Amino acid sequence: MGKQEQVHLIDKNGLRVDGRRLDELRPLKLEVGILDKANGSAYIEHGRNKILAAVYGPREAHPKHIALADRAVVRCRYHMAPFSTDERKSPAPSRRELELSKMIRESLEPAIMSEYFPRATIDLFIEVLQADAGTRCAGITAASLALADAGIPMRELVAACAAGKIDGKVVLDLSDIEDKQGDADLPVAFMPKSNVISLLQMDGSLTEEEFKQALELATNACRKIYDMQREALQQKYHVVRDETEKEAVAEVQA
Amino acid sequence: MSTTHQFSPVAKLEQKSVSDLIVKGKRLDERNLLDYRPLTIMMGIIEKANGSAQVYLGKTRVLVGVKIQPGTPFEDTPDEGILTVNAEFVPIASPTFEAGPPGEDSIELARVIDRGIRESKAIDLKKLCVQPGKKVFVVFVDIYILDHDGNLIDAAGMAALGALINSKMHEFEVKDNELVLKDKMMPLPMQDYPVPITSVKIDGSIVLDPCLEEEQVISCRLTVTTGKDDRICAMQKGGLGVLNPDEVKQIVSTAISKSRDLRQRVLSKVN
Repeated sequence: MGKQEQVHLIDKNGLRVDGRRLDELRPLKLEVGILDKANGSAYIEHGRNKILAAVYGPREAHPKHIALADRAVVRCRYHMAPFSTDERKSPAPSRRELELSKMIRESLEPAIMSEYFPRATIDLFIEVLQADAGTRCAGITAASLALADAGIPMRELVAACAAGKIDGKVVLDLSDIEDKQGDADLPVAFMPKSNVISLLQMDGSLTEEEFKQALELATNACRKIYDMQREALQQKYHVVRDETEKEAVAEVQA
Repeated sequence: MSTTHQFSPVAKLEQKSVSDLIVKGKRLDERNLLDYRPLTIMMGIIEKANGSAQVYLGKTRVLVGVKIQPGTPFEDTPDEGILTVNAEFVPIASPTFEAGPPGEDSIELARVIDRGIRESKAIDLKKLCVQPGKKVFVVFVDIYILDHDGNLIDAAGMAALGALINSKMHEFEVKDNELVLKDKMMPLPMQDYPVPITSVKIDGSIVLDPCLEEEQVISCRLTVTTGKDDRICAMQKGGLGVLNPDEVKQIVSTAISKSRDLRQRVLSKVN
């Protein structure tokens, strides 16, 4: 988080560069079941983030030696498209992407009932098409929907959102410029019904008190995102139900 | 791709003996739940490195060497030196380590240590600038795991901190657009002393500084890195378990108080 010149990220009315309040989320759009071949898929727009998540599986483990006798193996790849950032990003996986693939897997595995699928794999692919700070959180939110869309039994949906600190104030959901010029970033993945955290990372500088505030902000936002995730899932399956009903009516009339 | 780890069958058998003790508030090596293992630090044992430190944390042994060399600055920070942290899980340290390109665990370890040093602004990187946009000093922190008996993050973090405060580099100046190294040596310009403290959750109990047997049966871990004024500068959760917000807050405040003592222990070794 290099600070070149001190830019004011909060104006005198207490609003941020993009006009948001300190505890306001960026606009979110969630869509479920948008890929044809994947067993489950989802698309998220979170601010200017545009991310696709796909789930293949449960399917036979390949190579066979990675299989576990008592549960499914979960595999995860988080990847950024070369055109997703300001400067072109090499398509080869960076150390950051390798770390995030692990963090995202570990944030979703606690929700997946993998014990129902011994010797199988559940493969999870996250492609960042456009990055705008908070890609890991948006990726988790989408991937959790893709898992549900694939019909994989889950204990709960996982919602994720970051909190942070800019201009000395604890705020929710940093945008690109806030992330680059800000003082701290705290990505959190949360399961609201079980009240548990499955991803927690932090970089920057926070006092213990600021950390508690930021954690509270992030978990509250995850509750809101969780409601949106449920709505997105219901939306898809309402559409599916309506279509099948229409088809049935058409058949009867024919 | 990041893949669910294979669990060793032995670990599954040992799980019961570890957790039976934890429930009673005891541990395999007779520590209390929030006790740290004995820590020994040896500074400057590699003469060819600019700085080095070896840490024993119980039976875990980590060596860190620091090399400081001229290089080209990044475009977005033309007037700052560069910090690079790398970790090698060398095969001599554990039957589970294999030679080859770094795996996700060593990448994660290196990135967690990197964040602690970078975000606490431990090194004053501006003072490592030779000619803005052209030449700066690069600080290579190379972490070598020599014996793996659990809690590599903390051991590596303290070894890295020890190696940095132990580092000496040539004083330098620019003459006729050339970098000139003087004979006189100076310490690396340090501003903070980040210390990572890792707690794990086993059967619902929070335990500090896990040994290897404990690490194999944890639900999850949370590392909290703090600087000298008790500010948190980096955090990382790992493992397949979950923590509730109260457990997180408890781990954070434990880490803050424990890090003061350990920071003092590392700093007391400066000669």
